[in-house]
Amino acid sequence: MPLDQSFVGRKYPPTEPYLVGREKIREFARAIGATEREFHDPEAARAIGYTDVVAPPTFPIIFTMASSHAQIVEDAELGIDYSRVVHGDQKFAYARPIVAGDALVCVNTVEDITSRGGHDFMTTRSDVTTEAGELVVTVWAKLVQRGEE
Amino acid sequence: MSETTYRVTRADLVRYAGASGDFNPIHWSERFANSVGLPGVIAHGMFTMALVSRAVTEWAGAPDAVVELSVRFARPVPVPDTDEGTEVVVTVTERGQTDEGHTKLALTATCRGEKVLSLAQAVVRKR
Repeated sequence: MPLDQSFVGRKYPPTEPYLVGREKIREFARAIGATEREFHDPEAARAIGYTDVVAPPTFPIIFTMASSHAQIVEDAELGIDYSRVVHGDQKFAYARPIVAGDALVCVNTVEDITSRGGHDFMTTRSDVTTEAGELVVTVWAKLVQRGEE
Repeated sequence: MSETTYRVTRADLVRYAGASGDFNPIHWSERFANSVGLPGVIAHGMFTMALVSRAVTEWAGAPDAVVELSVRFARPVPVPDTDEGTEVVVTVTERGQTDEGHTKLALTATCRGEKVLSLAQAVVRKR
């Protein structure tokens, strides 16, 4: 059964703030092999105008994927069969880089649902802000639920 | 155009799983990957995207340059259980300016000669 189009536009409650840790940024940078000093060394980051280490561009996937999974993919009403889901597209649009010490709130929205050739395509958007409401980054993911065999 | 080759091994996928919190077993268990019809363990799409992000920040010469980064996952990256693993080749090509004066980049990522990403692009801020 195709995904229910009436979910388009549905917005989920703001998440608990994700506290961006210096060691988590370093761990993520090491895991992707990124060696720029500003990802690892607070002094190097301060030298280019930041208060602490800067996160690599795909870092927010850590909390956007987890929170949109918990809120949208596991929404029983929507009824996604995750065993048939593959990651289709991913996009990040930054207002400013993420810096260690940020406490970031996600508001997840179902932006689009389409069905084509027996497959369902769902685009989720995560608006990531500080607790004060400053926009930091917007993250889109398109998930593909393949048709049942 | 600049081209960079990144080696990807099973150890990289385990490290990335831990760092990102994405523990989907298709990225570390051959048995599980086979059971869902994959030829073997594949890299996280987001790991490939992270390699592309490295190529972009290195091209820009600034860790905070990325304004936008987007990709479509076109094909999986199989990672054999060998010391060599596999290789992902990333290219970065300048494609003009945005209205805001940022630089547009066209990106490609290939593994064993096949495109693993499509519609991959970035916008970077000049320092």
